Amino acid sequence: MQVDLMVDTKGLACPMPIVKAKKALDGLTTGQVMEVQSTDKGSVNDFQAWVKQTKHELIQYEEENGIYKFFVKKI
Amino acid sequence: MEATKALSVMTARELTRLVLAREELFILDVRNENDFKDWKIEGEKIDVINIPYFELLDGVDPALDQIPNGKKILVVCAKEGSSKFVAEQIAQAGRGNVHYLEGGMKSWSEHLEPVKISDLKGGGSLYQFVRIGKGCLSYMVVSNGEAAVVDTLRMTDVFEEFAKSQGATIKHTLDTHLHADHISGGRKLAEKIGGTYWLPPKDADEVTFSYDKLEEGQDITVGNTTIRIEPVYSPGHTIGSTSLIVDEQFLLTGDILFIESIGRPDLAGKAEDWVGDLRETLYNRYRGLSQDLIVLPAHFGKVSELGEEGKVMAKLSDLYGKNPGLNIQEEAAFRRTVTENLPPQPNAYQEIRQTNMGKITPSEEEQQEMEIGPNRCAVHN
Repeated sequence: MQVDLMVDTKGLACPMPIVKAKKALDGLTTGQVMEVQSTDKGSVNDFQAWVKQTKHELIQYEEENGIYKFFVKKI
Repeated sequence: MEATKALSVMTARELTRLVLAREELFILDVRNENDFKDWKIEGEKIDVINIPYFELLDGVDPALDQIPNGKKILVVCAKEGSSKFVAEQIAQAGRGNVHYLEGGMKSWSEHLEPVKISDLKGGGSLYQFVRIGKGCLSYMVVSNGEAAVVDTLRMTDVFEEFAKSQGATIKHTLDTHLHADHISGGRKLAEKIGGTYWLPPKDADEVTFSYDKLEEGQDITVGNTTIRIEPVYSPGHTIGSTSLIVDEQFLLTGDILFIESIGRPDLAGKAEDWVGDLRETLYNRYRGLSQDLIVLPAHFGKVSELGEEGKVMAKLSDLYGKNPGLNIQEEAAFRRTVTENLPPQPNAYQEIRQTNMGKITPSEEEQQEMEIGPNRCAVHN
């Protein structure tokens, strides 16, 4: 998967992961993919709900050693 | 400057006092829709709306439109961060009397409010601990420098500190049954203070630790003034469920009988097996007890069950008059009520049972998460 932008929110607590992700997504063009990394467990549900509400696409979600990775495609 | 003045933090304790005093409050809950639907703060004069915080990142106008002017406002989220973020903007927009909940729903889930129920005949006192966010109730019997805690919650510090403030040493902790909705602090507290942990043996088949058998016919004494705790075997919620009669005045029912509902028999996967026991306990055993006993349950399901100062209590005879679960005369109808259309089961209830049996040992943080949500131990919720 080609990632156009990596957003690192590790160590940040809610709401910052989504605040940062939103800012980054605003700067992308349609079809581009951003990867967001977070260590905030609460962000797992929030990301899914946020992407759904903003009508973008959550292509993939994975967890590795306490780091949550979200791949969001701008629609 | 004015914006910061208009913004204050509210603790779970302050919020509890406000709910118990039936004060007006407008709550903006900024968690996800699903979390909100599952579980929220309730109160007689509390209005609550839900707008997830990520819908307010571009500005709080959608919220301002719905927040009435002049009311005390509380913004709530899971842990605190996003409620503070949103509350700051609401205050900056010129609204006054804006608060955010310190520690969020996690802290709301864990707050315990001690309420005095009564003095006891022999000179001691009985206290109820209201876990208002989750609807759990614990009890402490205090007499002559000794204390016993019934259905101890995970926040054992609260009980220790309270006993200390009463000049009492905790000698006993008792669980009326193996709990499925919250992690018991009974064993932990007993180990820490060198007291005795009591559990009904029929619920303890699979436990991995030693305990004293909470059985009918064996009294537990607290203090020199002999405040008796008399166990009454009352199966139905679990096979071991045991009620306690304290000071011949109070009936601690565990999860068998609540103020507006009755216990559910399905949390150990045995609804069909236990429904008969539940009926026998409620319609025969409890009928045979003094109808003047004051019922003190281990849960409440609705804020309407909170009485004066938050006390959750009712006379047994009044419950036989009003509680719908005690008024289903036909056995088949009773069977249907307690086995069909039950509310969803409590969050992580199987893991909670395993934890209470000592089979798994989750971390503090995992335990907090397992307990999030309402108790759901009653048939009607």
